Amino acid sequence: MDAIILQFLNGLDKGSAYALIALGLTLIFGTLGVVNFAHGALFMIGAFCAVTLQRLLSLSHQIVDETQKDFLGNPLKVDVPYVHDWFGPAAGQTIIEWSVPLAILFAIPVMALVGVIMERGLIKHFYKRPHADQILVTFGLAIVLQEIIKAFYGANPIPTPAPPAFTGSFDFGAFIGLDPNTIIYPYWRLIYFAFAMSVIAAVFAFLQFTTFGMVVRAGMADRETVGMLGINIDKRFTVMFAIAACVAGLAGVMYTPINSPNYHMGMDFLVLSFVVVVVGGMGSLPGAVLAGFLLGVLESFASLGVVIDLIPGINQIIIYLVAIVILLTRPRGLMGRKGVMEE
Amino acid sequence: MFGLNAKDTSLLLIVAVLTLLAPFILNPFPEGSDLAQFNAGYPDLMQRFVIFGIFAIGFNILFGLTGYLSFGHAAFLGVGSYAAIWMMKLLSLNIIPAIIMSVIFAGLFALAVGFISLRRSGIYFSILTLAFAQMSYALAYSVLTPITGGETGLQIKPTDRPLLSNLADGEIGRANLFGLDMRASYEMEVGGWLFTFNSGYYIAAVVMLLAFYMSIRIFRSPFGMMLRAVKSNQQRMNFTGLNSKPYTLAAFVISGMYAGLAGGLMVAMDTQVGPERMFWTASGEVVLMAILGGVGTLIGPVLGAGLIKYMENILSKINDAILHQWFAFLPDGLENALVYLIHPFIGKGWHLTLGIVFMLVVIFLPGGLVEGGQRIARIFRRKKRTDSAADAAAKTPAE
Repeated sequence: MDAIILQFLNGLDKGSAYALIALGLTLIFGTLGVVNFAHGALFMIGAFCAVTLQRLLSLSHQIVDETQKDFLGNPLKVDVPYVHDWFGPAAGQTIIEWSVPLAILFAIPVMALVGVIMERGLIKHFYKRPHADQILVTFGLAIVLQEIIKAFYGANPIPTPAPPAFTGSFDFGAFIGLDPNTIIYPYWRLIYFAFAMSVIAAVFAFLQFTTFGMVVRAGMADRETVGMLGINIDKRFTVMFAIAACVAGLAGVMYTPINSPNYHMGMDFLVLSFVVVVVGGMGSLPGAVLAGFLLGVLESFASLGVVIDLIPGINQIIIYLVAIVILLTRPRGLMGRKGVMEE
Repeated sequence: MFGLNAKDTSLLLIVAVLTLLAPFILNPFPEGSDLAQFNAGYPDLMQRFVIFGIFAIGFNILFGLTGYLSFGHAAFLGVGSYAAIWMMKLLSLNIIPAIIMSVIFAGLFALAVGFISLRRSGIYFSILTLAFAQMSYALAYSVLTPITGGETGLQIKPTDRPLLSNLADGEIGRANLFGLDMRASYEMEVGGWLFTFNSGYYIAAVVMLLAFYMSIRIFRSPFGMMLRAVKSNQQRMNFTGLNSKPYTLAAFVISGMYAGLAGGLMVAMDTQVGPERMFWTASGEVVLMAILGGVGTLIGPVLGAGLIKYMENILSKINDAILHQWFAFLPDGLENALVYLIHPFIGKGWHLTLGIVFMLVVIFLPGGLVEGGQRIARIFRRKKRTDSAADAAAKTPAE
């Protein structure tokens, strides 16, 4: 029982990442009709926003501390971050430790800017070209973006710890009345799940309850008619692209404490996210979210010891296997609408 | 000749001459000169040119003719490689049975994957092939370790005693063709130049020429025409009462067999395999090759494969010291600035250059290098025509 709950929880955080990336992919596909292979790169850029902010906050100058001596007896030189000077040592240190959550604020404008530049600068010119061309050019863009990041940050993963307040683990077993210490779950993963849920809820609320969202939904259903009503739908779709980029970026920012970011993390997630989108149904937002969590949880259940003993290697291939079965039995995916990219 | 029309025959002959004279053509700079690092005429790289050429030709038969974009073609290459190395470990160190086996196994695997994947088209087909390739990679990496050697892969070891090869005790077997060692080379020095003629390269080159000839025949055959019909409008084709599935499946299997052939040759040259050969980036690479060179053209994929492998090996060898040497004639500040600017694009960053070149090609030259060549040729031709037109115009009023 506790093993099952634990695997379920373990699946949630990966599922959250899949769901967020797949949500952005589907937003872009549903609005602009573009298959964006560079979406994983956006996830990665988001993660590196957190790294950048951490480095910016830790910028420091050297002072000579007379009270401390090094092993030769000389006064010790210590690095003092500028934030320590500005906010005092205690508050300054807290700010540095909280750089990952703070990076959310930093990442939103950065990702929105990156999204707008990408859409206006490149993808705009590919609306009328075949899907294969869109895949190829965004694939090229993904390579370029990830190599640029590699040139600046190097090829090694960069550790970006969560704030100390969240580094511990949560005794989930005791919380739901099982024996203590049976289900131990890191706080940060719970936070990641909650964060993912609120971002998803925000995106859905935005689309459902605002006039802007209504127009966008109308545009997704029938772009031409909305355009003929005198609405500048292209502008709104650009905004949606920026929002999708932000969603991917935020997923990346919050994922950094779980996995230290490196330049190819985007590609690793992208392949799986595409599978998620296709399983959920091309163009269906709830489908993408549902499939994201479903596949995340399935993947984690497949890595249970019992299951692996039964079918060796299943944890490595379960997602692809599910995708193949779903694609062949339900051509539109779980929740795909009729007529959207059926061929 | 060979059942080809004059134009195709001349293309085939040009390719044949170029590949057979490659050790000369690819070594234009004398040994020891500053530019010697741009020489690509060493056996290892030349072998890769032709082997990836075969891979790309096969991919082009599928993508170029039918328009089905497979993102999992490296799986067939990997299967072919594993089949080949097992033949060498167990049966014979002669490369012929190994290559035949690799083609057969890759073909069978392609038949199975294609049978399922071809039920869908468009992006779904891409995802399905990608899923199959990633599954093969994951399995080869983990569960199938007894067959695939897992992470370390397979090599020919001193303990391997192939049935048909009588090796001395403790002798490590080497791939050969009826006794001709794949690594045997003949070196020729002419003045400052050093030309290497490698037996492995020539065998691979002959195979590539055969593969190229086959692909010309496929392109020009009624079967090829049928595949083009699938690309241009599959629905209309179905309406005329034709079932397109056997044609696309045949194209898929043929292209998988080409990949297997490339995989078998790769093993014949370096006698080792690892699962990373099946990873999806390897599949992405062959897509890049075909697009860069020109999809749907005969010679394009070979050019693309050559270009990418050349960049991979030559660009990645350039480092800052070499750059400083090149720009030494500039004032120091300018020299450092230039080196700083170029630095991200060379050495380990060669992928960045590749990505940028690839994007530029997709944006401005959807037909790849071949289209670029045609455009340039057209500019010259047009100039000639306008000249003669201008002459004609100049003459008329004079009458």
